[in-house]
Amino acid sequence: MTTTTKPATPVAATPGRRPGAGALALRQGRLEITQFLRSRESVVFTMGFPIIMILIFASIFDGTIGGGVTFTQYFITGMIATGLMTVSFQNLGIWIPIERDRGVLKRYRGTPMPKWVWFAGKVIMVVAIGIAETVLLLAVAVALFDLDLPGTAGKWFTFGWVSVLGVTACTLCGIAISSLARTARSGSAVVTPVALVLQFISGVFFVFTDLPTWMQQVAALFPLKWMCQGLRAVFLPSSFGAQEPGGSFELGRVAVVLILWCVIGLVLCLTTFRWTTKRDG
Amino acid sequence: MDDELAISVRGLRKAYGDNVAVAGVDLDVYRGEVFALLGPNGAGKTTTVEILEGYRRRDAGEVTVLGADPAHPDAGWRSRVGIVLQGTGEFDELTVAEVIRHFSGFYPGADDPDKVIERVGLAGKAKARTHTLSGGQKRRLDVALGIIGRPELLFLDEPTTGFDPEARREFWDLIRDLAAAGTTIVLTTHYLDEAEALADRVGVIAGGRLVEVAAPNRLGNRQEALATVSWRTPEGAVESAQSAAPTALVAELAARHGGEVPGLTVTRPTLEDVYLTMIGHAR
Repeated sequence: MTTTTKPATPVAATPGRRPGAGALALRQGRLEITQFLRSRESVVFTMGFPIIMILIFASIFDGTIGGGVTFTQYFITGMIATGLMTVSFQNLGIWIPIERDRGVLKRYRGTPMPKWVWFAGKVIMVVAIGIAETVLLLAVAVALFDLDLPGTAGKWFTFGWVSVLGVTACTLCGIAISSLARTARSGSAVVTPVALVLQFISGVFFVFTDLPTWMQQVAALFPLKWMCQGLRAVFLPSSFGAQEPGGSFELGRVAVVLILWCVIGLVLCLTTFRWTTKRDG
Repeated sequence: MDDELAISVRGLRKAYGDNVAVAGVDLDVYRGEVFALLGPNGAGKTTTVEILEGYRRRDAGEVTVLGADPAHPDAGWRSRVGIVLQGTGEFDELTVAEVIRHFSGFYPGADDPDKVIERVGLAGKAKARTHTLSGGQKRRLDVALGIIGRPELLFLDEPTTGFDPEARREFWDLIRDLAAAGTTIVLTTHYLDEAEALADRVGVIAGGRLVEVAAPNRLGNRQEALATVSWRTPEGAVESAQSAAPTALVAELAARHGGEVPGLTVTRPTLEDVYLTMIGHAR
């Protein structure tokens, strides 16, 4: 064996073979979606949960809440919002600690992959699964419970921006909260109670205005309540706006609160995100 | 910066609270060599290597790896460095080929994924989900991900822990292949035979300090150490003597016995003897 020098490395880089930044993000998104779809628990609990809930709710409350509007028509808004929160906030808040604990994130950091590509991959996955799950939910509700889909382009537009802002806020908060979990297993212990409490106080399982006033006020600090309210503007007749706490659907305020949560989530992500576990230094 | 050097370290220190993990390490690794960092658990091997890999911040000291400070790694630098970590980051839901192909997309000069799969001996497992692999096969996947970018410098942190003897031999052959192709290799190990089999030079680390750096056969002045010659007397007792000139002693014994010396052995301190003495002193 020689002790010091050997011929210099013969590694001749062939530049330009690496995909461009956009293509890298798409590959990362495709990989995340593949991993998600192959993990049966994720598919059943993330995609199936809102559908199971609407089946139960529509079967228990098969009457109307007045004005010829069925319970299903009212509760579908909460189920869509819950579904979007599950696929973004809960999904990321539970899975990122597992990946961090397994060392998957550490491994990515050891490659030349730009950091943002990994986040882009998560966002692509959340958006794709979120759309698929919402479409499935609407299809089930239309087929089995005579759900009326929004009738005007304006309402579809509202549906679009409320969903996008809501998913963005929940995605950023999910990434941020993932850093609170110290181990793989604690992710769901951190995230699940937060999600469950928000669902109860934000009017997902009850008519929001039936809740105690103080509870409504607490809920108004968090994004889920505003997502539900924005979606009620889409799925309920305009006359129902008068019954909201603010006397209307307050779409302007919905936008402001959701944007504010996007900013809060982004700041938390940028300041607290960890690629390695605490014991990893 | 000396072009001959892949790694240059001066006065490296790192503490976690009151616990000093690395207490002033100086180290040079030449381009094209296989360098083994040998030491017991908790000696500071992983901390040192993870600072060189750009994962951990140092408290003090100068560190240059492939001409750059690893505390500020950029994509160009990352694409020239291959890393096999101690813990495996698993992608349970993906197949071997999917993972390797995906990672090949991160490197500008990536190797052909199928060739790499073949090279690490996973061709038969290419379509298997990674969670079905054995411990040794998972480690091969780690190595595949470490070399997919055709690195100039490859770090291997305790690569063969938990391998059976046959798997270790195969793994050593793979490392020798990479070294023969000119890749600079830094490996940590607590196996003496591994350091002896693979390394051009061995650095013994204990208590956060580099105790000695030498070729394996020169560690602890092993070559100059006194040899122990022992033989059996006609009464059956074993007699032995320490000698700087064992050949002469053996010749004398042969003359005395008029030919064959019963029970003759000539030994020098093994690497293990030398190593245990060294890390014993450091404790």
